[in-house]
Amino acid sequence: MAQENLNPTAPADDHDEARRTFLKQTSVLTALALTPGPVVQAAAAQWDEKVAAAFEKVPLKLDINGKKYRLQVEPRTTLLDLLREQLHLTGTKKGCDYGQCGACTVHVDGQRVNSCLTLAVMQDGRKVTTIEGLAEGDKLHPMQEAFIKHDGFQCGYCTPGQIMSAVACIREGHANSEGEIREYMSGNICRCGAYPNIVAAIQEVKNGGQKV
Amino acid sequence: MKEQLLQDGKAVGDRMSRVDGRLKVTGAATYSAEYALPNLVHAVLVGSTIAKGRIRSIDTKAAERAPGVLAVITHVNSPKVPGFAAKQNPDEPPTIGQPLRVFYDDKIYFNDQPIAVVVADTLERARYAAGLVKTQYAAEPHQTNFEANKARGFLPTQAKRNPKSPQNDYDRGQKDGYQSAPVKLEAEYVHESEMHNPMELQSIIAHWEAPDRLTVYDKVQAVKGTQRAFAKDWALPEENVKVIATFVGGAFGNGLHNWPHETAAIIAAKVTNRPVKLVLTREQMFTMVGYRPKTWQRVAMGATRDGKLVGITHECIGQTSSYEEFTESSVQQTRMMYAAPNVSTRYRILGLDISTPIWMRGPGEATGAFALESAIDEMAHLLNLDPLEFRLRNHTDTDPEKNKPWSTKYLKECFQAGAERIGWSKRRMQPGTLREGDWLVGYGMGVGTFGANRGVAKVRAVLRADGSVLLQSATTDIGPGTGTAMVQIAADALGLSPDKIRFELGNSTFPTAPSQGGSSTVNTVGSAVLAACTELKQKLQQLGGAAFAGAAPDQLTLAGGQLGLRTNAAAKASLADLRKQNNGQDIEVTTEAKPGDARQKYSMYSFSVHFAEVRVHALTGEVRVTKMVSCADAGTIVNQKTAGSQMIGGAIGGIGMALHEGALMDDRFGRYVTKDLADYHVPVHADAPPVEVFFVNKPDTLVDPIGTKGIGEIAIIGVAPAIANAIFNATGKRVRELPITPDKLI
Repeated sequence: MAQENLNPTAPADDHDEARRTFLKQTSVLTALALTPGPVVQAAAAQWDEKVAAAFEKVPLKLDINGKKYRLQVEPRTTLLDLLREQLHLTGTKKGCDYGQCGACTVHVDGQRVNSCLTLAVMQDGRKVTTIEGLAEGDKLHPMQEAFIKHDGFQCGYCTPGQIMSAVACIREGHANSEGEIREYMSGNICRCGAYPNIVAAIQEVKNGGQKV
Repeated sequence: MKEQLLQDGKAVGDRMSRVDGRLKVTGAATYSAEYALPNLVHAVLVGSTIAKGRIRSIDTKAAERAPGVLAVITHVNSPKVPGFAAKQNPDEPPTIGQPLRVFYDDKIYFNDQPIAVVVADTLERARYAAGLVKTQYAAEPHQTNFEANKARGFLPTQAKRNPKSPQNDYDRGQKDGYQSAPVKLEAEYVHESEMHNPMELQSIIAHWEAPDRLTVYDKVQAVKGTQRAFAKDWALPEENVKVIATFVGGAFGNGLHNWPHETAAIIAAKVTNRPVKLVLTREQMFTMVGYRPKTWQRVAMGATRDGKLVGITHECIGQTSSYEEFTESSVQQTRMMYAAPNVSTRYRILGLDISTPIWMRGPGEATGAFALESAIDEMAHLLNLDPLEFRLRNHTDTDPEKNKPWSTKYLKECFQAGAERIGWSKRRMQPGTLREGDWLVGYGMGVGTFGANRGVAKVRAVLRADGSVLLQSATTDIGPGTGTAMVQIAADALGLSPDKIRFELGNSTFPTAPSQGGSSTVNTVGSAVLAACTELKQKLQQLGGAAFAGAAPDQLTLAGGQLGLRTNAAAKASLADLRKQNNGQDIEVTTEAKPGDARQKYSMYSFSVHFAEVRVHALTGEVRVTKMVSCADAGTIVNQKTAGSQMIGGAIGGIGMALHEGALMDDRFGRYVTKDLADYHVPVHADAPPVEVFFVNKPDTLVDPIGTKGIGEIAIIGVAPAIANAIFNATGKRVRELPITPDKLI
C-alpha cells in the first residue's frame, strides 16, 4: 500500500487525486528523513492515509445548542452533513440537499438558514441552534407545543425544519396574518400537506404573546 | 367472545394528540438513515446515462484509488444474489414481471439505472469517488414517448390469465351503450407521471450481523413483505432477516415495492462487512423508486335530456416499465359509481424504457376520477343541470357492478354538508360570469371512492408488572398516526387510560401485519388490536378466578394496578396476584383478526366528495384555490384530529395533482427534465388554502368491528377533477390535461 502511494500513478487530469498523492508523499517523505524506523511502521498501518486526511481538514469552532465544538472538517462538508453524519444531530433533516425544501432549516446566529446550502467551514465561530436545542430541558418551546396541539405534521420528517422556520418567521416579524405566514413559510415543504395546521400553530404562538 | 367497543368508551372519536408527537417535534424520532451503528460506512449509487442498451465497459480504477474508498461494486464484481437466478418472472404483487436485479448483468432498462455503488468511510468521499466511475455503453434506441407508443398498449398478463381479474374488459348492458343516448359526449384526458416525493429521501442502512443474519433499517411500508423479499433474495430463513421502519418520513405508496438501491446497499454491506448507509439523492427519487404512471383516458357518456345516464365507456392506458407489468384500478369506479345501465371499461398498459411505477396515493382511482368526474361535469353542463343535481339523479343505492347492497353509503349526506360549507349556492350555472376585479371565480366538485379493504393481522398484547399494556404489530406508520389510533382503540377495549398503553410497530419481529397501504390499516390492524385486547381481558378473567367468573370482558375494569368488576366494587384482584397466577410472567396474548363472510354479501367502499372554490386571474391564467371542503363517509372516525389532517393532506396533494405536478421527459435521452423540487412543483404553504373537513362518522361494522372504512385514499380521489371543474366554472375553459398550468388557460 505504502509503496503504491510512493509511486505516483494518478492521471494528470485528476487534480484532486494528484494533490492528495502529493500530500501523502511529502508528509511521508518528510517523516522518513527524520525518523525512518517508525514511519515504515506508520506506512504499514496506513498512517500516511490518516496524515494526508488531516492535511485536508480545516479547524472549525462552532457553538451548537449551547455546546462548544472544536472540529476538524473537510471544506466540502456541508453544515447539514456535519450535523447529521458526524455529530449525530439527526433532528435536522435532509430532504433535497439543494435548498429547495427547507427540511434542513437551522438557526445560525438567530437567522434561519438552509444547512444543506452552507459549508460548515463558512460558519466558523457562529452559534447554531437545531431542533434539539429549541426546548429548555423537558419544557418544550411554545412552537413545539403548538405543533402538537394543532397536528402540524403527519410523518414528521419536515417538522424540525418547519418549526425552526416558524420560530424565525415570528422573530422576523413576518407572522402578522395568515397570508403573510403562508408566504414566508413557503420555503418549507410538507408533502403530507399539514400546511393549514402549521399556519394555525404559528398564529397561536404569535397571538399568545409568548417569547419565542 | 364477541369483540365490541365499550359502550362508555371515550378514547375512540377523541381529538387526542399524537402519541409520537413529542418525538417528532423535538427531532428525536429516528428515521431509517439515522441509526448510529458502529463502523458505519456510506454508499453512493452511480446511475446509467443511457435509457437502453448494454454496459460495454466500466472503469472503476480511479474510484477505487480515491481516498477512503472501501469498495466499488458493479455487475462485473458483485457477489451473486442467490435469489436473483431463481427469480425468473415471479408472479408476485405488486407486479408481474422481473423486478430489476441490481448489478446482475450488463443490461440497461432505464436511464439512471444503478450500475455501480461506491462505498467509502465518509459520505463526501463516497460521493466524490462515485463521480470517478467511467462507463462505456452500447446504446440501443429507447422508447420513452407515451403518445408515440400508445398503440402498443396491451391487456395485462394477470387479466389474460385470470378471467376474474378486475383488469379485464367489462361490459354491463350494451357494449358502448352510451351511443343510443340523445345527449352524448366524448373526451380524452391525460396526466403526466407524478412523483411521490416524500420529504424523507429513500434510505437504508444494511447490516450483516452475521454471514447469515441481515438487519435493515429501511424506508418501507411493509416490514414483513420486505423481510420475505430479502430472505428469498439471500436464501435465508425469514427469521434471519430483520426489518426496522419505526418512523417513515412519508411514502404515499413508494414504499410498497422493494427497489434496486436497497439490494445495492445489502450487497455493499456484504462486500465490505460493515454496516452501509445509502441515501438516495432527490434526483434519484425521480428515476428509480416508482411514480404515478402517466395515463391517457377516454370517456364517452350518454344521457337522457332529463339527466339520466344511459351509458359510460371508459378506456385507460397506463404506463409501465419494459420489465414489470404495473397495474392499477383506474377504470373500476366507473362500473359502480353511477346508476348507468350500460357501462364498458377497458384497461391497457404500455411498457416503456422507464423504471417501474408504483401505487401513489389514491392510486388508479385518483387517475380515473379525474376523467370520470370531469366528464360528469361536462355532461351536466351540456344538459344545463347543476352537477350536484346531475349526480343525485344518477345516485345508486346498490352496487350496480356486483349487484350487492352497500355495507354503508352516506354519499348524499356528504353532498349536502359539502355544498353548504363551500357556499354552492354562489355557483353560477353560466361559466365565466362570476368576477371579482381581475379574478374569475368558480366552484367545482368531484367524487371519490375506494374499497373499504381489510386484511389479516396479528397483535401481541402484554400486561406488564406496572399495569401498563404494550401492544406490538408489524405494521408501519407513514404519517397517518397509526400508533395513536391503535392506542385509542385499545384504551376503549381495555377500559384503560391511553397513557397506560403503548403501541409499537415497524419491526418485522413483531406479529405479522400487512403493508400500510390501500387505506386498510385501521380496518385490519385496529381489528386485531381489539381482538387482542378482548382476549387479554378474557385471560385476566380466568386468572382472576372465581370472583370474575361469568363476567363479560366489557364488565372488567383495570385501574390502579387492580382488576375489578364494573358491577361489583368488592371484586378486585391485584396485577401482582394475577401475575402470580401466571407463574410470575407478564400476561400476554397474540391474537389474529381476519375479515368475516360479510364481504361476500355486501359491497364495501369509502366515499368522499370534494368541493373547491378557485380564482383564476383573467390576464395571467394564474389559479388560486381559495377554499376547499372535503367530506368523507369513512365509517367510524377514531381520531377527529389526525383523520382531519389526513383529509387536509389529501386535498392539498390533490391541488398538486391538479395544478402543479408533472414529470416531463426529454425523449432524446429518456430522462426527466423535472428532476428536483425546483423543477417539479409540489404545493407549498402559499398554495394551500383553508380546508374544511366533514366526516359523516357513522360506523360500518360490516367492514370491521370498529366500524372504520378507510380515509387515506378518498382524501385525494376526486380532488383534481373538483379543481378542474371549478376552473371550467370560473373561465369556461375545459382543460383535460393535468397539471392545469397558466399556459393552458390563456
